[in-house]
Formats: sequence, structure tokens, C-alpha cells
Amino acid sequence: MTGYVEAGSLMTKRKIRVLLAKPGLDGHDRGAIVVARALRDAGMEVIYTGIRQTPEMIVEAAMQEDVDLIGLSILSGAHNALCPRVLSLLELNGMGDIPVLLGGIIPEDDCEPLRAMGISAIFGPGTNTTEIIDFVRKTVGR
Amino acid sequence: MIEALLAGDRRSLARAISEIEDDGSEARTLVARLYPHGGRAHVVGITGAPGTGKSTLVNALARCYRTAGMTVGVIAVDPTSPFTGGALLGDRVRMRDLAGDPGVFVRSMATRGSLGGLARATSNVILALDAAGFDRILVETVGVGQAEVGIASTAHSTIVVEAPGMGDEMQAMKAGVLEIADLLVVNKSDREGAAQAVMALRMMQGLAQSSSGRHGHRATDTPGMSTAPGWREDGGWLPPIVETVAVTGAGVEELRHWIEVHRDYNRSTGRSEARDKVQAANVLDRVLCELSLERLHATLTDEPIQQAIGQILERRSDPYAAAATLLQLAWPTQL
Repeated sequence: MTGYVEAGSLMTKRKIRVLLAKPGLDGHDRGAIVVARALRDAGMEVIYTGIRQTPEMIVEAAMQEDVDLIGLSILSGAHNALCPRVLSLLELNGMGDIPVLLGGIIPEDDCEPLRAMGISAIFGPGTNTTEIIDFVRKTVGR
Repeated sequence: MIEALLAGDRRSLARAISEIEDDGSEARTLVARLYPHGGRAHVVGITGAPGTGKSTLVNALARCYRTAGMTVGVIAVDPTSPFTGGALLGDRVRMRDLAGDPGVFVRSMATRGSLGGLARATSNVILALDAAGFDRILVETVGVGQAEVGIASTAHSTIVVEAPGMGDEMQAMKAGVLEIADLLVVNKSDREGAAQAVMALRMMQGLAQSSSGRHGHRATDTPGMSTAPGWREDGGWLPPIVETVAVTGAGVEELRHWIEVHRDYNRSTGRSEARDKVQAANVLDRVLCELSLERLHATLTDEPIQQAIGQILERRSDPYAAAATLLQLAWPTQL
């Protein structure tokens, strides 16, 4: 194939679509925005919903946008209430196969239970964005 | 998937849209199966410069339509990076009021290399929403400059959104985006400069009327409109200028009213059929190009194509001559 066609396929080939959302009541979205930007620069389509999303809003957006992966950013400490709700709503809507990543301030002791309930990965402060990009690519498998 | 989509299953609709966007193996079958079910929805395009409030206006407009008992599909287009192919689709941030309403479906789309303010697959995504039974489909373009007019050939009613302080009457006189407006909106009309923005648009309309209809320079010194906006006596359409404040919803019901008037105008003057015909011709042209190119690539090996590129680079051949040679090579009997 010619170079031109390759350049064209950069634009039209199947893209990884990621939903990034901030559930709960904290308004600190810098971390989410940094990750959104990094995934965008890695060639993915990032749908950013903004702050103060309910689990219902997040699952609805994920469904309408037909995303490959969901990223949640929580700094409020409400992760033990919000994550199970998002996961069970996904299950309820037949979307249990969509991997969910978690970022933000998550105490060490909470990580294992969250993984056990179905959170695919947890990325705390200081995580290199390359690590997140690699994980997304590997998990989605494209 | 198609039966479920037609029956209103939202997840099937979402998946069908992805298949269409990715131009996957089933995309053409999908379009073929959905096509007979299309043509019912009224498609409204919303375009304008970045930051004029398009997303917020779409949010407010969709709510108005919901109050009026109609279902709404929303397509929000944002640009793809020409370097990485990635995109940040952020229009949902302004559309949170639409969450949790089963009568609304919002889908974000990246342009994926297409110019003109829309994505290549936009018209087929409109078809999917149309076939799924939505009464009105709102298509928000990327923030446009002065010449991204692709929406005009895609939508039945095109709204161009302006905001105060975005330029003087010289901007309003230029060719391009403003010319495609069926309805003009001055959003953020509670801000300073709104009256001047409305005035600049009225001036432009006055000039257009005097140059197309009556002779002379009359309209330039009468900035107020000489005829009422909307449906004119001579059968033409003068785009109404609607002032809105999308965040509060002020003026948005009036905008909805004008969209419906324009829809009636389109239908009763035969403009609908005329534009549908142009649209069908455009789409057919585009698909013919796509399929021809596909066939050409399937027929030819890579070698003559590379050869042609080399010749063009070395200026031993020009693009037209090189293309003619390749066509001759691919389909010798037909040329």
C-alpha cells in the first residue's frame, strides 16, 4: 500500500474509544484531564463527561458511545460506594465485559477488595501516563 | 442487531453506529438494511465558531423538543488530531441535562481526517438514528472557521451560531459559513455587544436583499429589515435572527419555533425534494469515488502506483497524466 493510503487509514481504522468520567462530588479534574490528553495523544478517542457524574449517567454514556473501556477518577473517598454501583449497573445492562480502570486517591487497603469486585486496574498519584496507555492497549487488545 | 435497532434497542443502535463509523465488514449491509427506514426525521445542523455555545445550545434545544413531546438524537462532532489520529470528545460536558432521558440519544464523533466540519460517516450515522425512530436529529459540527459548509448539504435546517464580540460587519459580509444559514442565532445575547452583532447580521441581510431583488442601494441605509423574517412573499426565505442565552434557555423555544417554520417552508415549497435530490447526487458521487478507488486498488499491483508517484515527484509526469495511465492499465477496454 502507498504512504498516502497508510496516512488515510490512521484516520479511519478502528479506534480505541475510552470514556473518562468523574463520579461523585469532588471537583478536582486535573488528573482526569491529564489522562484524557495522554490517551488522545496515543491516538485514542476519549469521551470526557466532566465532573459530578452519577453511576447511572456514566453507564448510560458508556452505552451510547459504545466505548471499549471506562476510566473513573475519584478523589473524594467515595470509591467504595461508587465503584460497586458502576460495576453492577454495567452488569445489569449487559455491559459487564467493559473493563473499568480507577484513578485518584485510593487507600492501599481498599485496592484489593476493589480489584476483587471487578475493577481492572488502579492507578494512583505519580503513575506514568505511558503505563496507563500500555494497559489500555493491552486490555482492549488493539 | 438491525431488528433490535429498529425496535428501539439503544445498545444495538450504539453498536451499529460504531460499525458504520469504523467502516467495518457489516457497515455496508447495515446501511443497505437501514436505508428503507430512513427519511423520516428532520435533521438540524448547528454550526459556528469555537466557543459560541453550540453544545450548550444543543442541550437547551433538545430539552425544548422533549417538552414538546418529541424524541431527539444528537450527534456531536469534534476534531481528530492530524498527527496522532486521537481525539478528545468533550461535548457531553455541556449536555448533562439530557442524561437519564430515554427519549434522547447522544453520540460523540471524531472527524477522523475529514474536513468540512463533519465526519465522513456522519450522514450514515444520521441514517441509523433516523431508522431508530428519533423525530429530530441535532448535528453539532466542530467549531468552524469561515468555509466549513459541509453541514448545509447534510441537514434540512442549518443554524449558524454567533456570539457577541466575534467580529464586525466585514466578517458578516464574507462568503462561506454565514451564507448557509437557514436560521441565525446570536447566543450569549445577555453580553455586551449582542445588539451590534444582531445589527451586523441585519445589515448583511439588507445588502443581500437589495442586490438579489430590487436594484439600487436602498437597504444599506435602512438596517432594519424591510420584510419580516422567514417565509417571504416572493417564495424565498429570509433567515430569522434569534437571540438566545443557551445556559438559561432564553430564546431557545423561539428558535425551536423557527426550525419548525423552516421545516414547513421546506416541505410546502418543494425545497425538501430539491435538496434531497442534490444530496442524493452528492452521496452517489462520493460512493462512486470510494468504490472506484477500491476497485482500482484491487485491480492494480502496488508497483505501477509507486512508479506513478515517482514520476510525479520527479516531474516527469503530472498527476492527471499519471492517473490516466493507471486507469488505462486497470481498465484498458473501457478507455
